[in-house]
Amino acid sequence: MKRFLPVTDHHRGVVLCLLAALCMTPAPALGHAFPEHSDPRVGATIAASPERVRIWFDSDIEPLFSSLMVHDASGRMVDKGDSRVNPSNAALLEVSVPKLAPGAYRVIWSVVARDGHRTNGDYTFVIK
Amino acid sequence: MKRRPGSSATALTWCALGLVFMIILLLPVSSWAHGFAGKRFFPTTFQVDDPFISDEFSVLIDRIKGPDAKTTEIDIDYSKRILPNFGLEFHEAYVHLKNDDGSTANGWDNLGIGAKWQFLTNAEHETILSIGTDFDIGGTGAHQIADSFTTISPAFFFGKGLGDLPESVKYLRPFAVTGVVGPNFPTRSGNASIDPDTGQTVVERNPTTLTWAFSVQYSLMYLQSFVKDIGLGAPFNRMILVTEFPMETCMSADCKGKITGTVNPGVVWAGKFTEFGIAAQIPVNSRSGRAVGVLGLIHLYIDDLFPKSIGAPIFH
Repeated sequence: MKRFLPVTDHHRGVVLCLLAALCMTPAPALGHAFPEHSDPRVGATIAASPERVRIWFDSDIEPLFSSLMVHDASGRMVDKGDSRVNPSNAALLEVSVPKLAPGAYRVIWSVVARDGHRTNGDYTFVIK
Repeated sequence: MKRRPGSSATALTWCALGLVFMIILLLPVSSWAHGFAGKRFFPTTFQVDDPFISDEFSVLIDRIKGPDAKTTEIDIDYSKRILPNFGLEFHEAYVHLKNDDGSTANGWDNLGIGAKWQFLTNAEHETILSIGTDFDIGGTGAHQIADSFTTISPAFFFGKGLGDLPESVKYLRPFAVTGVVGPNFPTRSGNASIDPDTGQTVVERNPTTLTWAFSVQYSLMYLQSFVKDIGLGAPFNRMILVTEFPMETCMSADCKGKITGTVNPGVVWAGKFTEFGIAAQIPVNSRSGRAVGVLGLIHLYIDDLFPKSIGAPIFH
């Protein structure tokens, strides 16, 4: 017959104390990077072509592994290919765009937070 | 039989725990994310088990007036990934019962240990599928609270976001569903006891049941980030509206087909390292409860808090 090690209140206390201590230990935690806001805004309809597309994240992101693209309605890339993390704000991802014609555009982003966690997403905006 | 903790067992526990934590503190960083399928973030919900495996720690406070007692539970759950898609789950609960006759009972419920394998993660269709088995180990809890027998619960878990819906119904994209389906097999069919009035042996049946539980979610985070920025500020921009339907159907002859469960409408706020949630618990029938209860959730993302140590899978 299989026997289990008796689990006592003492054992439970040890485990719970350890977990609580670990959870309260300070650590250089960063977590997943989520978008906080963007320009143009998600789902917005705007009157004129923007000069650039920018997304502000809730934590710093890795320049080497983060990218931002803008596609037109046919799926063709229309940005200038200079996607970068802003040198003075490590939570801001941006890309320049030429003067865009009226229509729908899709912003596609992928970022890696400083702790290695990747998040990605996309959204659309429309130029009247 | 009453069991006493021996000094050798205590020392062994300390050594084992110390060794495990030393090993995992030395592990390299992981880039695997918890609760993600593409751009969909699935939060931990209240009573419906997650469809994913991750490194996390939860405390759930559960208070409800049951069919014959007021119950307050503090549920503690810890999940640890062994491999990026496979992990172990440990759960324990401290229970306080106030019976209708005025008597009370307190104590730990049985220790639960489970394993879960997340065998599919589809980013495009925001889908997660997992299978797992949980063992509620009989005899490890207080005798007045916990069952003396073990219950084995194999289960299938799913999570599906609706982000792949067409543009014409884009405001439905923040919706997601998660769920779990699986039987619960007791290792003993019944408990025999002597009726003090008649002196006869009475057998109380331990029924096999089917768990079928699901949650419907509407993510304001998803709405703001991927569909339409409607200008929600903190704390609403990180909220997910959740309604859970944790149900159990009896499959044994003496109670076949009878359902117990609750409907839990609530809200979850997902921060970078923590999650908080609150929900009502509405019993679906008199067997499930007599009044609306409450659920409170405090959740820690261990994989975000400690990405280079205990928050990473042990093996890659």
